[in-house]
Amino acid sequence: MEYLSIFVKGIFIENMIFAYFLGMCSYLAVSKTVKTANGLGLAVIFVLGITVPINYLLENYVLKEGALTWLDPEFATVDLSFLSFIMFIAVIASMVQLVEMIVEKFAPALYGALGIFLPLIAVNCSILGGALFVQDRQYPNIGEATVFGLGSGVGWWLAIVAIAAIREKIRYSNVPAPLKGLGITFIITGLMGIAFMSFMGIEI
Amino acid sequence: MKALEKLLDSIRPNFEEGGKLSRFWVVYDSLETFAFTPGHSTKNGVHIRDGIDMKRTMFLVIVALIPALLFGTWNQGHQYYTAIGEAATFLDKVLLGAQKVVPLVIVSYGVGLGIEFLFAGLRKHSINEGYLVSGMLIPLVMPVDVPLWMLALAVAFAVIIAKEVFGGTGMNILNIALTARAFLFFAYPKQMSGEIWVHNAGKEPFVDGITGATALGELANTVGKDIQSPEVAGILSQFSAEGAYSFMNSFLGLIPGSVGETSALAILIGAALLLWTGVASWRVMASFLVGGLVMGGLFNLAGLNGFMTIAPWHQVVMGGFMFGMVFMSTDPVTASRTNTGKLIYGFFGGFFSIMIRVFNPAYPEGVMMAILFMNVMAPLIDHYVLAANIKRREKRAQLATVNA
Repeated sequence: MEYLSIFVKGIFIENMIFAYFLGMCSYLAVSKTVKTANGLGLAVIFVLGITVPINYLLENYVLKEGALTWLDPEFATVDLSFLSFIMFIAVIASMVQLVEMIVEKFAPALYGALGIFLPLIAVNCSILGGALFVQDRQYPNIGEATVFGLGSGVGWWLAIVAIAAIREKIRYSNVPAPLKGLGITFIITGLMGIAFMSFMGIEI
Repeated sequence: MKALEKLLDSIRPNFEEGGKLSRFWVVYDSLETFAFTPGHSTKNGVHIRDGIDMKRTMFLVIVALIPALLFGTWNQGHQYYTAIGEAATFLDKVLLGAQKVVPLVIVSYGVGLGIEFLFAGLRKHSINEGYLVSGMLIPLVMPVDVPLWMLALAVAFAVIIAKEVFGGTGMNILNIALTARAFLFFAYPKQMSGEIWVHNAGKEPFVDGITGATALGELANTVGKDIQSPEVAGILSQFSAEGAYSFMNSFLGLIPGSVGETSALAILIGAALLLWTGVASWRVMASFLVGGLVMGGLFNLAGLNGFMTIAPWHQVVMGGFMFGMVFMSTDPVTASRTNTGKLIYGFFGGFFSIMIRVFNPAYPEGVMMAILFMNVMAPLIDHYVLAANIKRREKRAQLATVNA
């Protein structure tokens, strides 16, 4: 039950895009068609699902104050959390490399479509955000952290495919020239944010 | 009619290119096409046309809204006189209601159509008739005492940000009327929720037991409390057959609420007209209702708090559920376009309406949020319905070639 609650929370209530506005750059840039958006969304789910538990282990067994006691009780006072940013980013970057190689090997078309944005997942704020939320919220075990990672990944995926479908739909709309492209996308994002507000404040 | 046609024809040259008033062509054009079927012919593509164009479709929706509007006008007066404990005649109630409702309608149309005319002139497109319906829906989803400036602000926001920047009628992604309501709800939460649903609530002493909250607002108070406690039992007793919010009262609409939403009966009369003329999709309405009933039934089974014990058929006649189902979710622009998509869209709309209403005590009016959410998801549903259809037909074509 706890797992389900964390999962649903990650998708709807604490949606990475509409609640925290994380990962906006690729969200805005790669949402022109549903197909590429879907690919990027799946990549984000995958990367979040892997990096969040790894970072969780890193946090709890290396970085946190007293985390190193499993090596030697002497290290109980060592606090390496000042290293967390650089360590998290290193893990994320190497994972993204891995995803990139897999995608290039098995889905060359998708690889071509995602282009520069696949390596850019490494600096996608929602990925680092996921790791930092885990550090911040102190999930009690690795299972909950993983579910949280997957849930927020699915939330991000839902946001990007939804906006991509909307952008496909409004392609022939008579949008005023100055707003064409990114301008209208920002407005759509705001309106979608209003719609997602329906879930805020739900306690589960 | 003949005289009007003659008059319009005689002043026409003034508005045409080169005429003195050519700047106001959009205004003339919109009035002319409103009164008479325009003599346009199709330029390309399919050449079959009938007299039902957008203006006449929209007009049918307004006709369908009239029962709800008239009932709402009377009901606002009725609620007020009941609340202060005074006997009043039918006429008194209607007059008081009209005094509050007519300004709302005038401001909504004035501001909305003003912006519409301005944009049509600036952007050189003809005046869209879409606002005719939105302009009537917006006052009907407002609390009766909403300040007129707030209404004007919400209308301006909805028309400009939710519609005109997308290119006008038919291009918007969110329902205009709901956007206006949601805008006010989030921008002025204090004035838009709680005990505001009866005229002068909080300013005049009310009879005991009447607070000016809606039935849903009362139910939200039961969330998080012991289901056996006397307080919860007291609230729930109002929902029994003898209580103020009994099924019959909720169905007829004798309960406080926003102007047009209270009477399921008046709304269903409008729904019958919309379905008979084929303006609204029966798929959306039916699946929306089913979705609501299913969620209500599931909550019945769970029965964790007082709110969940309300019968599903009682749930769907309270609050804005019926109004949203008939007039908001069926909006052809923002709903799903495919037939399968409409079923999915409607079902989840109803499902989420009841879910948000019960789970989120801050928003007892879940219908508004659920429909907005489904508006956002509708293009995605369509996309996947289309993709599935393409796949299925591809498979069939392949099978045919294999068999041949």
